Amino acid sequence: MLWRFRSGLSPITRRRIAVFRGNRRARWSLWLFALLFAISLGAEFIANDKPIVMQYQDRWYAPMLVDYPETEFGGFLPTTADYRDDFVHDEIASNGWMLWPPIPFSYDTLDRNLSHPAPSPPTGRHWLGTDDQGRDVLARVIYGFRLSVVFALVLTAGSLVLGVVVGGIQGYFGGKVDLIGQRFTEIWSGLPVLFLLIILASLVEPNLWWLLGIMLLFSWLGLVDIVRAEFLRARNLEYVRAARALGLPSHLIMWRHVLPNAMVATLTFIPFLFTGAITTLTALDFLGFGLPPGSPSLGELVAQGKNNLQAPWLGITAFITLSLMLSLLVFIGEGLRDAFDPRHILAPMQPDTETSMAPLTKEPADER
Amino acid sequence: MSADIVFSLHRFSIAFGNMKVVDNLSLDIRRGETLALVGESGSGKSVSALGAMGLLPASARVSGERRLSGTDLSTLTATKWQGIRGNQVGFIFQEPMTSLNPLHTIAKQIGETLRLHQGLTGRAARERVRELLVQVKLPRPDELLDTWPHQLSGGQRQRVMIAMAIANRPRLLIADEPTTALDVTVQQDILALLAELRETHGMAMLFITHDLNLVRRHADRVCVLYRGQVQETGPVSEVFNHPQSDYTRTLLAAEPEGRPAHLVPSAPALLETRQLEVAFARPKRLFSRRRPPFVAVHPLDLHLQRGETLGIVGESGSGKTTLAMAILRLTGSTGEITFAGDRIDHLKGDHLRKRRGDFQIVFQDPFGSLSPRMPVADIVSEGLRFHQPELGSDDILRRVTRALQEVGLPADCSARYPHEFSGGQRQRIAIARALILEPQLLVLDEPTSALDRTVQKQLVELLRDVQARRGLSYLFISHDLAVVRAMAHRVMVLKDGAVVEQGDCEQVLHSPRSGYTQALVDAAGLSG
Repeated sequence: MLWRFRSGLSPITRRRIAVFRGNRRARWSLWLFALLFAISLGAEFIANDKPIVMQYQDRWYAPMLVDYPETEFGGFLPTTADYRDDFVHDEIASNGWMLWPPIPFSYDTLDRNLSHPAPSPPTGRHWLGTDDQGRDVLARVIYGFRLSVVFALVLTAGSLVLGVVVGGIQGYFGGKVDLIGQRFTEIWSGLPVLFLLIILASLVEPNLWWLLGIMLLFSWLGLVDIVRAEFLRARNLEYVRAARALGLPSHLIMWRHVLPNAMVATLTFIPFLFTGAITTLTALDFLGFGLPPGSPSLGELVAQGKNNLQAPWLGITAFITLSLMLSLLVFIGEGLRDAFDPRHILAPMQPDTETSMAPLTKEPADER
Repeated sequence: MSADIVFSLHRFSIAFGNMKVVDNLSLDIRRGETLALVGESGSGKSVSALGAMGLLPASARVSGERRLSGTDLSTLTATKWQGIRGNQVGFIFQEPMTSLNPLHTIAKQIGETLRLHQGLTGRAARERVRELLVQVKLPRPDELLDTWPHQLSGGQRQRVMIAMAIANRPRLLIADEPTTALDVTVQQDILALLAELRETHGMAMLFITHDLNLVRRHADRVCVLYRGQVQETGPVSEVFNHPQSDYTRTLLAAEPEGRPAHLVPSAPALLETRQLEVAFARPKRLFSRRRPPFVAVHPLDLHLQRGETLGIVGESGSGKTTLAMAILRLTGSTGEITFAGDRIDHLKGDHLRKRRGDFQIVFQDPFGSLSPRMPVADIVSEGLRFHQPELGSDDILRRVTRALQEVGLPADCSARYPHEFSGGQRQRIAIARALILEPQLLVLDEPTSALDRTVQKQLVELLRDVQARRGLSYLFISHDLAVVRAMAHRVMVLKDGAVVEQGDCEQVLHSPRSGYTQALVDAAGLSG
């Protein structure tokens, strides 16, 4: 649909990238967050209770991708092999070799060979100790980080689509559509989200999708007002009127001319929507109304820290993880907000951004 | 003689960073004299005045000598400045809508300068404010004392500004485009008032404007600026009759001139409206009856031949633009609209959109009418891509290039963005966007109002060219009679949404029948 004569970024976008890159804190936060997220995406290769690859009796196996029955390795049960089991472990070690991930525990692996009763303090075996059920905290943090971010990503994307569509339609058409839409969103936003989730938790077994669905029903409301206001303003801009005079249909005008304007305000809102989603998920897990038991969840770790004050590594880990993640997101959000702020043009620039600023400082072409 | 000089600048320069915006400006103004500072936008007129009074941000470097009745202004301290600004020097700015504080009543607004500089308070101040309101010829001064700025019209606000500026009987009055935002008939009253006040108070006046007509009538001497450099200084009659510099000559010759090409007498009609009316419903208050709708355009009949230009003239609020929007079916209206033999007032949805290519519009603001995020080729071709989706990208590019050539823009600008162009060039892009659809009717809504005179003239010539080549019909909306005369075959004068007068352009402008048209013609200073 986007049909362009010149590929590449418009000068406005280039200026914004330059401003964002000029903000060192936001830039580093973005890199660090991206790195952490990339690592957590490969959580299975970092923390798992199965080897990545192994050789047994000169045959190659990839236990991470394929489930092999225990009988394959000389066992007696046709169940999936437990590679941490001493028998299987020794059998494979004597007939081949195994490549283990750096953390040989998954988020739900119960370590039965603990030196201390669970929750056990950090040791060489468990870098951040274990929780009160003997599960490795570091593994749970990595998986929990991924789950939180993915949850927030999906929720934000969903809210964005819903909020922009509803707000855009209200703002662009105005009049009765706007009036009815506004009254509806006002009533809708009056519903108590947390109570609904708690009631729901007693009716169904809450899983990730249920939580996502319920929160999606409400999280788009915050965006509607912003998008609606931007559309209301933009629909009377002259180039939007010119597009109407050209005979373009409404959906094209909204997509090409109005939406890019509205996206500025919307994009600056996104990082805060994102942190909000993470906080809510954590809070629900903390209260025990969130993800099903056993899921790798930062909120549950906080709850464990609270219940086991004698094991400070639980609370400290949860605190550092959450505060690091949320701070990074807020810094990125601030950088984005400044980049989209038109008044920020005069902010001191790094010298390396000068090339991307060149088209702006060029004198306007002369008429005569 | 030198005792008579109120304000003087000598080798005065202003620079922002490396860019010199005013270079070596020298001028002096005597008691009771009006000096006009003339130039196009960006020539450094306003910056000079602000810089001389120390009102520029700290990033500006001001150098040179500036004197107010013998006081050297370049060495003043901040407290000394406060005693001068608003006291010995009065300011009037361009925008009457924003230069008054909306939260203060008129009495408080004017009283503030009296309190600061003369120590007048209470009853005495109020009495003096009333006196000032009488001086600036505001009606009902007693009631006006306690009104808020939003209750006044633009002309009345400008009078309040003037009252504030002269409250302390300044020696120098700086009027920065004082009438640009006002209707032409109001302009004349304001300038006459300024001239009268200058006489009675013996003030010197620095009159900053881009409008040569006003300079010719209201200034004693003139100083022409171009890109921060003085081109010429001298008495008005001398500069206007025997311009010395090339630039002044171009500026003087920039009055739109010539007349549109002759009409083919038997040309078929393109557009006809019958009893076209636009009314907006007023909001209903709770528990009260709905007030009658506001009629923006009273029922009117209009016809336009192929190849003809109809000028629609009127002041702001007269319904010109609303009428055009109704004809283009961008606003709801009642009455018949016949376009090229078909009724278009009943068209809806897709049928209407398909038809839109035949009637196009060019807006007033060259900065707002182009999407800043799209390259020129995208902007120009947008309508084409929708109306003729079967065209390949080669065809589209060829048509874009041709359209840009037709409006006098080089083909290589198609990959650039609007911000890289000047106002006149942007207006050409807007025209290319309309022309590429090969319309039969082009509505031009004040297409030249935001442009400098020299650029206006080029645009008028371009529009006449295009009309001659394509046989287009124009609906030309403007408040500027000089441009209308150069463009239109016939004119229609609107006032408060009703037709005051219409007929052959030359005839109406030469011997107007209604008093309103006469006032407009007088104000525009059209000679002959």
